[in-house]
Amino acid sequence: MPLITYREAIKQALAEEIERDENVCILGEEVAQYNGAYKVTEGLWDKYGDKRIIDTPISEAAFSGLAIGASMLGVRPVVEMMFMSFSYVAFDQLFNNASFCRYMSGGLMNVPIVVRGPANGGTNVGATHSHTPENLVANHPGLKVVCPSNAYDAKGLMKSAIRDNDPVFVMENTLLYGEKWEVPEEEYVVELGVANVLKEGSDISIITHGRCAMISLKAAEILAEKHSINAEVIDLRSIRPLDETTILNSVKKTHRAVLVEENKPFCGVDAQISHLIQYKAFDDLDAPVHRVSAIDAPQIYSKPLEDWQIPNEERIIESVLKCLA
Amino acid sequence: MSSAASTKKAVRKTSKKRAYETSEINAQLSKEEKIELYRTIVGIRRFEERSLQAYNQGKIGGFLHLYIGQEAVATGIVSLMEENDHIITAYRDHGHALAVGMNMNECMAELFGKYTGCSKGKGGSMHYFAPDKGFWGGHGIVAGQTPLGAGLAFALKYKGLKGCAVCFLGDGAVNQGSFMETLNLVSLWGIPVVFVIENNGYSMGTSLKRSSAEESLAKRGEAFGIKWDTCEGHDVFEVREKANEAMTYARDELKPFLLEIRTYRYRGHSVADANHEKYRTKEEIETYKKNKDPINVLRKKLIADKTLTEASAKEIDQEKKVEADASAKFAEESPYPPKSELTNDVYWTVDNDTDQQLKGTYFFND
Repeated sequence: MPLITYREAIKQALAEEIERDENVCILGEEVAQYNGAYKVTEGLWDKYGDKRIIDTPISEAAFSGLAIGASMLGVRPVVEMMFMSFSYVAFDQLFNNASFCRYMSGGLMNVPIVVRGPANGGTNVGATHSHTPENLVANHPGLKVVCPSNAYDAKGLMKSAIRDNDPVFVMENTLLYGEKWEVPEEEYVVELGVANVLKEGSDISIITHGRCAMISLKAAEILAEKHSINAEVIDLRSIRPLDETTILNSVKKTHRAVLVEENKPFCGVDAQISHLIQYKAFDDLDAPVHRVSAIDAPQIYSKPLEDWQIPNEERIIESVLKCLA
Repeated sequence: MSSAASTKKAVRKTSKKRAYETSEINAQLSKEEKIELYRTIVGIRRFEERSLQAYNQGKIGGFLHLYIGQEAVATGIVSLMEENDHIITAYRDHGHALAVGMNMNECMAELFGKYTGCSKGKGGSMHYFAPDKGFWGGHGIVAGQTPLGAGLAFALKYKGLKGCAVCFLGDGAVNQGSFMETLNLVSLWGIPVVFVIENNGYSMGTSLKRSSAEESLAKRGEAFGIKWDTCEGHDVFEVREKANEAMTYARDELKPFLLEIRTYRYRGHSVADANHEKYRTKEEIETYKKNKDPINVLRKKLIADKTLTEASAKEIDQEKKVEADASAKFAEESPYPPKSELTNDVYWTVDNDTDQQLKGTYFFND
């Protein structure tokens, strides 16, 4: 199986879907002639031209809303947010119109758009460019959100998102764009709502999503080597819909859970997961559910502190040891 | 067009008395079509008067933004819609809904929050939709519909269909950033959308003078290289002529157009607006009603050209009153949506998951 980058995997997904369906087009700032701010769309404009790959002015509200309106008539726009942080400029369009139009019309319409872009910290850019709003999206019934942690999932989830008839946010990660994973040449999709057991284990469940899944996997290796702890690592992949079954099965097996995410803790995704575990697996728990989140402050600029602010192996290991104590 | 001089010219041009009913787009109307315009305008008025009564009886909750006084605008423009045309508006949407042919029963039932409503009681007054009739809402947030309107028109161009989208907005919406962003985008990309500013003089309780630095709202189009015009909204024939020019231009040239239509609402911003006779004078309201009421203006013209008689006009009026009363009865007698409806129509994939293929949890109720 060829090793390709997370960036290349997303590009393949976009290209394949553009080829498959004439209604799929890509809109965003610098996506066409500039080849993408993070080069995710590199070469697509050369190949598919102005109709399918569309450069927008810096007007997130207008082009997000335009994509939503166009999707009502059957166009399937993939909207790139240069940073998912910029979706806040288009809040009304994405969080009122994309999410609620179907409901408010009593099901007379649907909004098949994808909103994709990097949603991560750890890049030394300060608080305005480091949002991880998957919790915010998941708090809006009508929206779906996925957080691929590796190239295989990024491609498979992106293809599912584009084919989905509801609005789907795909939260990417700039720190993963250059990382490589094995990705098959044959066509495949990764369904929404299916978690991935990255590593089986018996002592504790580390439940996580996005880049934190990769960090958790490394932490689990260290835990095995240095502490003889056999941790299971569950990568949620999809936040809404959520694979509750895989979470609960794991906790019922290990009796302990540490939840790891880059979200800030208050009302983060893991607040919901934590509730789920205590509500549906209360009698299976041998310890309180522990959480490792971004340290609860606006994202700091200073690099060494930011690296500490977002979850790292050290903080995960510490939390696992506490949970097992 | 350039600068202030052209603005004055445009204003002067529209204030000149013209016999719009004899212009080409109106002269070709059959007698039946003219009667239909009258029936629509009267129907909107009677429907809304009946809804106000129900609101005051406590049958309707939330907001009720009445269109009374502005009826000729939606009626005139909808009458010009061609096969591939679409419309979208904000929260003062009852007139547009009835004009595209939604029936009073489904509209009234929606106000009552009933299951038989056009949105099954899930949207309410501000959120009427009829995609099968080219009507895409019904949107609650000021100017939030403007990029959506651009998107409808974008889709037409993308699919190679000849048509246009008409996106209605109020004079308050012109100061929202999303609208200004959208103006730039549609001009830049050549999108066949007509923005119709229904300028009723007040953004809620704040007069135009107190909210917009430049009183000619359509003139803002110049900053974006968008063709613009203004007209009066009490005469359905004037609305039709000006809107026809704008819509034809959008369809033929694949370009946007900005049309400001001066109109007036008799009632408050919403029924809950208790101050609407404080931020404007009673006299101002009465003067408009007396001289420019869209029903009276049209009735006089149709009686003058013998399309209607006093008696036949009265008959239409009576018929619409009866229809509105019947819709209130229908709404009253209709059931509320069952509790199971709360989580339907949220996700297309869930609603259409007939063979239970979907994975994962979609709703998080304990």
